[in-house]
Amino acid sequence: MGAYLSIEGVGITFNPRKSPTPALVGVDLKIQKGEFVSIIGHSGCGKSTLLNIVAGLLKPTLGGVFLESKLVDAPGPDRAVVFQNHSLLPWLTVYQNVRLAVDKVFGKTRTDTERDEWTLHNLNLVGMSHAIAKHPSEISGGMKQRVGIARALAMEPKVLLMDEPFGALDALNRARLQDALMQIQNTLHNTVIMITHDVDEAVLLSDRIVMMTNGPAATIGEILDIPLERPRKRLDLADDATYAHCRGEVLRFLYARHRPADADAA
Amino acid sequence: MTSVPVDEPTATSAPNLQSTLPTPPSPRLARLRERAAEVLPDIVLPAITFLIVLLVWHVIANHVATGFPGIGETWARGVELLSNPFYSNGPNDMGLFWQVLYSLGRVTAGFVLAAIVGVPVGFLMGSSAVFRRGWAPLIQILRPVSPLAWLPIGLLLFRAVDPSAIFVIFITSIWPMILNTASGVEAIPKDYRNVAAVLRLNRIEMVRHILLPATLPYVLTGMRLSLGIAWMVIVAAEMLTGGIGIGFFVWDEWNNLNVPSIIVAIVVIGVVGILLDTGMNLIQRRFDYTHR
Repeated sequence: MGAYLSIEGVGITFNPRKSPTPALVGVDLKIQKGEFVSIIGHSGCGKSTLLNIVAGLLKPTLGGVFLESKLVDAPGPDRAVVFQNHSLLPWLTVYQNVRLAVDKVFGKTRTDTERDEWTLHNLNLVGMSHAIAKHPSEISGGMKQRVGIARALAMEPKVLLMDEPFGALDALNRARLQDALMQIQNTLHNTVIMITHDVDEAVLLSDRIVMMTNGPAATIGEILDIPLERPRKRLDLADDATYAHCRGEVLRFLYARHRPADADAA
Repeated sequence: MTSVPVDEPTATSAPNLQSTLPTPPSPRLARLRERAAEVLPDIVLPAITFLIVLLVWHVIANHVATGFPGIGETWARGVELLSNPFYSNGPNDMGLFWQVLYSLGRVTAGFVLAAIVGVPVGFLMGSSAVFRRGWAPLIQILRPVSPLAWLPIGLLLFRAVDPSAIFVIFITSIWPMILNTASGVEAIPKDYRNVAAVLRLNRIEMVRHILLPATLPYVLTGMRLSLGIAWMVIVAAEMLTGGIGIGFFVWDEWNNLNVPSIIVAIVVIGVVGILLDTGMNLIQRRFDYTHR
């Protein structure tokens, strides 16, 4: 054992009675503390399902997830989630959205002033100090996702779960947020599981990339170590041989060995 | 031309350009003219419509149905009624203000009672599949029934006209409130529930932080619909129940064959309806996060 987070023999079958569809089969994965792991695969390979199982939002039919040797059986702030579409509450301001999480997690252990400072600290971390009084509808998509990250970070999670956090953003914004996330990781060293379908994003951010086979009955196909030094710089990596090699490995897995089922039709 | 940074003034090229161009009109005047061009159709077009209606009315009153009151006659009656709306010569002879006020009182009472019952029932229907399945058929049957059909039931139950009219408004208002609240609860995005789950919000926190604010816009829409229908129904209900109120005023004036008063009352009822809707709209804007 010894793994910080351990996914053991996880399988999930939807509609077990009427028309059983196995979505995930025999997923085993051990993640060390402070590790940044990306899960990549084609649409419908069950990568979001896997993340939701770790989050506790879905219960696996088989196997289980252990965090610090304790079975995960419900959602909780120790596994904070950054949702794909930010999921900020639109009736609360930026500050209130983060503060709600801070109050809920630290309501009993920290004073009002401490919680206020912690909220502001995390908003500052993602560069959103200037917009704390704004409502989500008044800020851009990239900013919303920053606030979503601040909310998750503010919970001081043991594992940070990110479900295609930058998927809805344009390329420039995505790059900016990836850089911001790397910078935050350089100081916080959070344990992160990130779902992505962007090969460059996976290579740039991860220590390991978990590649999923196609569904139904998807499972882990291959795991790739990314032996790139940190801190990483986007521009320096552009011509880096190791980077190119890793990128090639992932591309080969996705497009040569595990083409999406409908690739020929499309 | 090479690109010029936005912040720097384009000092080198600006004077040359300006000397060749005719002096532009002052920006203030231009803005005023622009604004007038925007607003003018909003005044002129409805004015044309009203003129057409008045013309048709004039033709009908003079050539088609000569029993119909003329514009002048009606106008005089309107001035008479509206210049002294606050008089009160006992319960059978009161000014228009009092008539409208009594009607609004009944609407308010029925509306508030319907909100007290309808919104919680809506929440139950939206959040419990069992409750929804149990109650939806009954509501589907009762909803299309004209609220006036309930008036005799009210009279039987309360043996008084005022509570019966309020009862009718209650029935009128409750369906949109129940259905809109329920659909509001059902429409809460799964994401918000996931956020609540990750934060481990308890039941009370869930209601306070997610359920109520997420549903509020739907509840307010239901209330706005209810109020609009209630104001239509009260006129009819009062025609049947009598007493003080704008509905009975219309009926009473018909019995006196005082048609100009009826026309004035119709306009007053319409204006009050607009005011009610505007009020609800303001409340919606204030509390509805989707309007921000």
